[in-house]
Amino acid sequence: MTIHQLSVFIENKSGTLVKVFKMLKNEGIQLIASTIADTAEYGICRILCSEPTKAYDILKDAGVAVSLCEVFALELDDEPGRAADAIELFASEGISIAYLYSFLLNGKGVLVFRPDDPEKVRKIILDNKLTYIPEKDLSTLA
Amino acid sequence: MIWNPHNECMDREARRELQGFRLHKLVDYVYHNVPFYRQKLQEKGIHPDDIVSIDDITKLPFTTKADLRDNYPFGLQAAPQSEIVRIHASSGTTGKATIVGYTRKDIGVWSECMSRCLSSYGITRNDTVSVSYSYGLFTGGLGVHYGVENLGATVVPSSTGNTEKHLRLIKDLGITAIACTPSYALYLAEKMEEFGIKKEDTSLRVGAFGAEQWTESMRQEIEQKLGIKAYNLYGLSEIMGPCVSYECEEQDRSHINEDHYFPEIIDPDTLESLPYGEQGELVFTTLTKQGMPLLRYRTRDLTTLYDDPCPCGRTFVKMGKIVGRSDDMLIIRGINVFPSQIESVILSMPELTPHYKIIVDRVDNFDILNIWVEVRPEHFDSSFDTLIPIKTLEKKLENKLRNALSIQANVQLKAPGSLARDTENKKNVVEDLRILK
Repeated sequence: MTIHQLSVFIENKSGTLVKVFKMLKNEGIQLIASTIADTAEYGICRILCSEPTKAYDILKDAGVAVSLCEVFALELDDEPGRAADAIELFASEGISIAYLYSFLLNGKGVLVFRPDDPEKVRKIILDNKLTYIPEKDLSTLA
Repeated sequence: MIWNPHNECMDREARRELQGFRLHKLVDYVYHNVPFYRQKLQEKGIHPDDIVSIDDITKLPFTTKADLRDNYPFGLQAAPQSEIVRIHASSGTTGKATIVGYTRKDIGVWSECMSRCLSSYGITRNDTVSVSYSYGLFTGGLGVHYGVENLGATVVPSSTGNTEKHLRLIKDLGITAIACTPSYALYLAEKMEEFGIKKEDTSLRVGAFGAEQWTESMRQEIEQKLGIKAYNLYGLSEIMGPCVSYECEEQDRSHINEDHYFPEIIDPDTLESLPYGEQGELVFTTLTKQGMPLLRYRTRDLTTLYDDPCPCGRTFVKMGKIVGRSDDMLIIRGINVFPSQIESVILSMPELTPHYKIIVDRVDNFDILNIWVEVRPEHFDSSFDTLIPIKTLEKKLENKLRNALSIQANVQLKAPGSLARDTENKKNVVEDLRILK
């Protein structure tokens, strides 16, 4: 039910992000979404892409501080309030979210997040019949 | 005021005779009591009887910090343990500290020399002196403390730490003099402002500052903000502690207590002696010490000696400001730190690489130690997708540095490969941005 996301430790210095993106470009890997959580000196760049495990190997081999983590990606209708509804389901069960980001893809809203209790989230998604994006769809989404 | 006019204002020729006499006694003493020195002297073919005047000092071997480390803990101690009444320690280049043992007579000489310093600053038995150097293995606290008592003034052993309480004592006890690091004096001034205490609310009038380098502009700031006269106090634990040299009312260079600590300046590369007026490495011989006497100890401090007559009447030679080091030791907020010590702490953490950079800066007259270190990419597991584990790792190294070296550092992790590589020159891993004039 979860998908793989790359988390790259990068410095807040011009050119560092380009280096990472170029390595992926050279291998024909396409970005679906990316976001940077920053502090003054460095940040974590989170990347969803067409082939995450391949991308991970490429970056790791190049000595980049990268980790591969599992996150949830829900597909929501593009209308007001859908994200609020989804998050409320988790909040009411006492689930905390470490980080979350969203974007539009092919006319649908996508909500990506990492919860503190993945097992509970899995159950809520199934019980409420929420639509999620499975890992195998990543290559076709891009 | 001059505490001991006989010794401090002695005719120079008479003093040279005294120094020569003491040097002969010293060499004879270490030759018979310290196997390390006996062997070194024999290797050079020197017998104590070859040392008859102070000029013969250039025949003697040097002693280095490495010698102290190799003979840890008591290898250079000349007096039997039963004669040692106190031990102090300072940081060594690696994990081992430098241990210095003092006899009762050593403590007496130290107190005498310290009283000369305090007296020179205008402190008398009518003063109340707050000693705000740290008390403990560091020589600052107890060294000044005994000098104040010997002088007959009232000592308040404030040590370091609780600044608010310290300020209350300064006000309530009518403290007139303070001994601390110059940066702590400025910190104190800042706190006074914060608590709304004006300099007129205190009785402070004089300060003895040392254990770290400071500038003329810092002196002006301290004098202006605290409403006091600020004097330099120099010393090092290997030789004795604070009391080795001191400023007089001229506030221009520091007189060396050279009847006890004989100074020389050498070229750190050729080890040749340099004349007065030339800059080089400061070397001390402890003419009268019993516990751990040292022959020609290389301080690694770079400075100049001057023998021009001083209007104050003291005939002791003066040393200029310390302009740098001939090794890579850093003095951060009065604490001696070698980059090699920081490196060994970094290497003890498998999460980190040996690629690091040490950046020392001075912000608002306060030394700041920044350490950049690259993380090991292999260590990045799936928990590393937020900044929390990264911050935790930084804190872990900061704690380790505090425990091992008693220093407060700001650690910043860096991405693998982001720091410049320089395996040839270790000095390049250190960047000292403090500008001291």
